[in-house]
Amino acid sequence: MSTLHTVNKSAYERNALKSCLDHALPGDAILLIEDGVYAARKGGSIAPALTAAKGNFKIYALGPDLAARGVVAGQVLEGIETVDYAGFVGLAADATRVCAWL
Amino acid sequence: MSDEQQKKKFFYLNRKAPYGTIYALESLEVVLIGAAFEQDVSLAFVDDGVFQLMDNQDAAGTGMKGFSKIYRALGDYEVRKLYVEKESLETRGLSVEDLMPITYEDEDEDYAEKPSIILVDKSELAKIIADQDVVMSF
Repeated sequence: MSTLHTVNKSAYERNALKSCLDHALPGDAILLIEDGVYAARKGGSIAPALTAAKGNFKIYALGPDLAARGVVAGQVLEGIETVDYAGFVGLAADATRVCAWL
Repeated sequence: MSDEQQKKKFFYLNRKAPYGTIYALESLEVVLIGAAFEQDVSLAFVDDGVFQLMDNQDAAGTGMKGFSKIYRALGDYEVRKLYVEKESLETRGLSVEDLMPITYEDEDEDYAEKPSIILVDKSELAKIIADQDVVMSF
């Protein structure tokens, strides 16, 4: 029933994350990948929107993409779960469909 | 001296995050080429470009080439002016302490290590752009 949404663009440059949050339904999963992971960093102007969305969606960020960009573990917003590539596959397999917000 | 007359102010405007697109790496390559021609080079990091300078970048897990260490070597190529826009950092919850320490050795002061990163606000950067001969955007 549920959808896995992926967001790969920086929320500070594009509105992909905002569109995703506007179109996802409660119970869906959102996975931040590539430049999308910057939104998961504490202290940024996007952080409040993501924190507010946690009540409706399960939010994940791809660990290798966080590491590449220098976002270390302590800087990731509370409640956002870090997954590895196998975790990405697991989320896709668990979801009925995958919707990419490019 | 004729070399001095031909020396131009080259300015590289960086507005993209690293890894997600090829812009940041391409910019670095062009910067190093410009430096080889002994031009007066400066770089600016604006908007998502400030992410290029974040400390602790480790691309090993992605299979991509990590290139963040190159920024720290720029001082050896006479690239010593890295302007970082204050407002761009603030929007992203970043401060200078979140960036790599990037320094150069000042040969006029017994090779003292000096910071290459210069924090500027929007209006200061506007004036810096207006002072350039050549602007290249990435």
